[in-house]
Amino acid sequence: MSTAVQEPTLEPSVLRVSALTKRYGGHSSWLSRLTSGPSVALKALDGIDLHLRPGEVLALVGESGSGKSTLAKILVGSATPTSGEVSVAGQPAPARRDKESSRRVQMVFQDPYSSLNPRITVGKMLSELLLLHRIVPRSEVRAESVRLLNLVGLEEDVLGAYPSQFSGGQRQRLAIARALAVRPDVLIADEPVSALDVSVQATILELFATLRSELGLSILFIAHNLAVVQHLADRVAVMYLGRIVEVAETSALFSAPRHPYTRALIDSIPRMTETSVNDGFELDGEPPSPYDVPAGCRFHPRCPLASEVCRENDPPLLTVGRAHESACLKADELADIPVPNAPQEHA
Amino acid sequence: MSTVQTGATASGHQPLATGVPLLRVHDLSVGVRSTGRPVRIVEDVSFDVDPGQRMGIVGESGSGKSLTLRAIAGLLPKPVEVLSGAVEYNGADLLGMPAKKRRALMGPEIAMIFQEPMTALNPVMRVGDQIAEGPRRHLGLSAKAAGDLAVQMMARTGIPDPARRARAYPHELSGGLRQRIMIAMAVSCGPRLLLCDEPTTALDVTVQLQVLRLLERLCEDTGTSLVFVTHDLAVVNQTCSELAVMYAGHIVESGRVKDTFRQPRHPYTRGLLESAPDFDRPDRALVPIPGFPPNVSDRPAGCPFAPRCGYVRAHCTEAVPPLAEVAPGRLAACFESDRLDEVLA
Amino acid sequence: MTTVAVATATRAMRRPARSRSLRAWYRNGTLMAGLVIVGLLVLAAVLAPWLTPYDPIQQDLAHALESPSSAHWLGTDKYGRDILTRLLYGARVDLRIGFLAVLIPFVIGSVLGALAGYFGGWFDTLVMRVVDVFFAFPFYVLVIALVFILGAGESSIYLAIAAVSWVSYAKIMRGELLVAKKQDYVVAARLGGMSHTRILVRHIGPNVLSQALIYAMSDIVMDILAIVTLGYLGLGIAPPTAEWGSMILDGQEFITTQWLQATIPGLAVVVTSLGLSLLGDGLSDQLSPERRK
Repeated sequence: MSTAVQEPTLEPSVLRVSALTKRYGGHSSWLSRLTSGPSVALKALDGIDLHLRPGEVLALVGESGSGKSTLAKILVGSATPTSGEVSVAGQPAPARRDKESSRRVQMVFQDPYSSLNPRITVGKMLSELLLLHRIVPRSEVRAESVRLLNLVGLEEDVLGAYPSQFSGGQRQRLAIARALAVRPDVLIADEPVSALDVSVQATILELFATLRSELGLSILFIAHNLAVVQHLADRVAVMYLGRIVEVAETSALFSAPRHPYTRALIDSIPRMTETSVNDGFELDGEPPSPYDVPAGCRFHPRCPLASEVCRENDPPLLTVGRAHESACLKADELADIPVPNAPQEHA
Repeated sequence: MSTVQTGATASGHQPLATGVPLLRVHDLSVGVRSTGRPVRIVEDVSFDVDPGQRMGIVGESGSGKSLTLRAIAGLLPKPVEVLSGAVEYNGADLLGMPAKKRRALMGPEIAMIFQEPMTALNPVMRVGDQIAEGPRRHLGLSAKAAGDLAVQMMARTGIPDPARRARAYPHELSGGLRQRIMIAMAVSCGPRLLLCDEPTTALDVTVQLQVLRLLERLCEDTGTSLVFVTHDLAVVNQTCSELAVMYAGHIVESGRVKDTFRQPRHPYTRGLLESAPDFDRPDRALVPIPGFPPNVSDRPAGCPFAPRCGYVRAHCTEAVPPLAEVAPGRLAACFESDRLDEVLA
Repeated sequence: MTTVAVATATRAMRRPARSRSLRAWYRNGTLMAGLVIVGLLVLAAVLAPWLTPYDPIQQDLAHALESPSSAHWLGTDKYGRDILTRLLYGARVDLRIGFLAVLIPFVIGSVLGALAGYFGGWFDTLVMRVVDVFFAFPFYVLVIALVFILGAGESSIYLAIAAVSWVSYAKIMRGELLVAKKQDYVVAARLGGMSHTRILVRHIGPNVLSQALIYAMSDIVMDILAIVTLGYLGLGIAPPTAEWGSMILDGQEFITTQWLQATIPGLAVVVTSLGLSLLGDGLSDQLSPERRK
């Protein structure tokens, strides 16, 4: 990390993403160029800078089409970026991963049913990874497997069981145990509780919280449920149309958002205690297509604060407060409009 | 919305019967008749919905909430069928009436909105024509008038540029727009009862808010009653006034949403409320419900929630607690209900 | 909120194992019927020399074209050979060729299809274009033409059938792979640093082979019919080897007087097909994912 071109105060980070872009499409063959006219490229990611501190849960929120799944795919190496860099624990991660570099970033998937191989027992699933990566000597594989299962709240007796014998929540525990087996530096959790029932969600959220506090695990938590994010995350990054538009510590982001899109998201949360508010920040219509990103600030067509300057300038992500960044030209103006019914600050 | 003079006036609604609820579900059991004992997925469910009332049914997957809704709409997937009980709409028995008569009610009186509009819409038919189909058949409108009505309904559900969108096919529209099309279709004949099966689960949070607001506005404008099935407690709080909580095929608690959320009287309701993250109380610890719901085929004897319940006593496993009034307007199926007197913040 | 509470809460709440036992297989009536029929046929073919005192080839012109009797239960053919004996020995030839002729295309087609589906790209394009070319020809036209070129005989039949029917396996496996490779467990295996070979063989293979296996059962029926047809056309196994197709060919000249001559081997073909079809249906019930869940 000797290149001092980046931020002057380079915080220690276990995962760092710089200037990452991903473009899909843009015709390659002459035939498609003939048939569909000018090239149409989809900018799924348009310059992402992000870092994950050791031992923190960073939540990544955004609506469908915001690019958060694409980012996750690039981070685990199952998609290659068009440009930009990913580094894990200070070392650059190659776009095409080998055995060692893929070990460092592991993932927990949304669907606990398709993420476990129905024909492989729990014990075989874990031992295969432990042996392949030589995590422990062969004689200790069983003990290590049991340790992993205990870590996620399961018992030794599940070693011989097939995934079909488990409920959704328990499958998600198994998926977490599998991800932890290879001792990753970073865990990417892609909507890990949204396929689960409410009463089961809580146990998995508690498990993530425990893993962070006891193992110091660094987790990138992708989610659309903001109540879940608020409960678990230390920091939150908000994505809109392939860009990160706001990053802040969780309580600051939810009590004093500095980007109107974040504000709109908060206003859209169905509330259990308060009734939702109507203060002009709710969004009409749907996110514009990533094929046709608006000029200027990409949020301006839906923004209640937008003015001429927003139509002409594409705002970068700038520091607006302590550990708080926003890509909005009106971030200061927004700070003066308090959120009605704001949740209480973290104690 | 004076331009939309649909439904209520044009359809020739039956007059509302007085002294009976709009929808009455009584001891409804739904399941599969097999060679041995029938498998009962929904057991002895009873509730009433008054005109203009908005009722939420909450439960986890497998609780039977969707099947209850489908039984009311007459859309049970084979081989699931109604085993016993009654469903009365406006005083008339829905289950006993001839199929043709029942079908005639679907549209002008009762309409349904599904979770995934893509599977509920005809992929090879323009959405405008799909909306117009109901009014043509049920209200006897001409093709032209029904087409105009379809565009009006689309405008009313907040679809921008409705005249152009009416000529689109479902796959050309986004998820939020498709859900609006479904809603336009459902309300095109001015139904008195709208059945919603997780209508916003597949939508983004900003679009979910728009759709919920839309449903709320439509119901308020026309006095339509709502039965809203969802797994999301917060959505119920935003949309409904009444609540029924289902667990393992039974209604375990019902009452006004505000009262129930404030002071649940069934351990399961309490468990649900305490295990869901509440945006307004970020520091509250989540308390998971231990275990998982019983399998349909081997539900425990006695109270179905007993094996997971923190209030369980010996008599809970001996008999199924009946759904009984525990406070004015509050019903709970729990022998130990009196011990749940705590007010959640 | 302690973790201990969570751990104990989930202790011992695993569902009991379901339908992985032999009982589920036993209860599957279609599968059992198929297994019994095919099992009996195979047994009869294997035990043929001990089941009958006669020789399938040795001629006995003194007893030609006899009707069924206690000595010859199904009568004799125009060379005086016992029909039951030839039927049993014919089963040996037809079943053997049927099973073996499926094995080669099963292996070649499945491997090519799996590789095409998994890796995609130019290899996929190449394989699927070749498959399309083969699919454009009717099965029998191609098989008969190939046997004609290669000359009659058992090895030609293997080659001809393999050359034509691998395409079906390739198509099936490619389709299965296209679905399977998108499953999260495959992505997870990649993240686990596993090689493509390992993922294909150990992780995807067991999940996708069942469809090809089920198809193979019906394919054996097709192949046996093809062998019989070839035998009937005189392109199959050279006489005097006992084989059902050539028996039908021999018997048909006496169809008005000795109708059993052609009907008995025909019935044998029908029963074999029935058994294998039942077996295939039963297997597909047993191995289909819905049942596994």
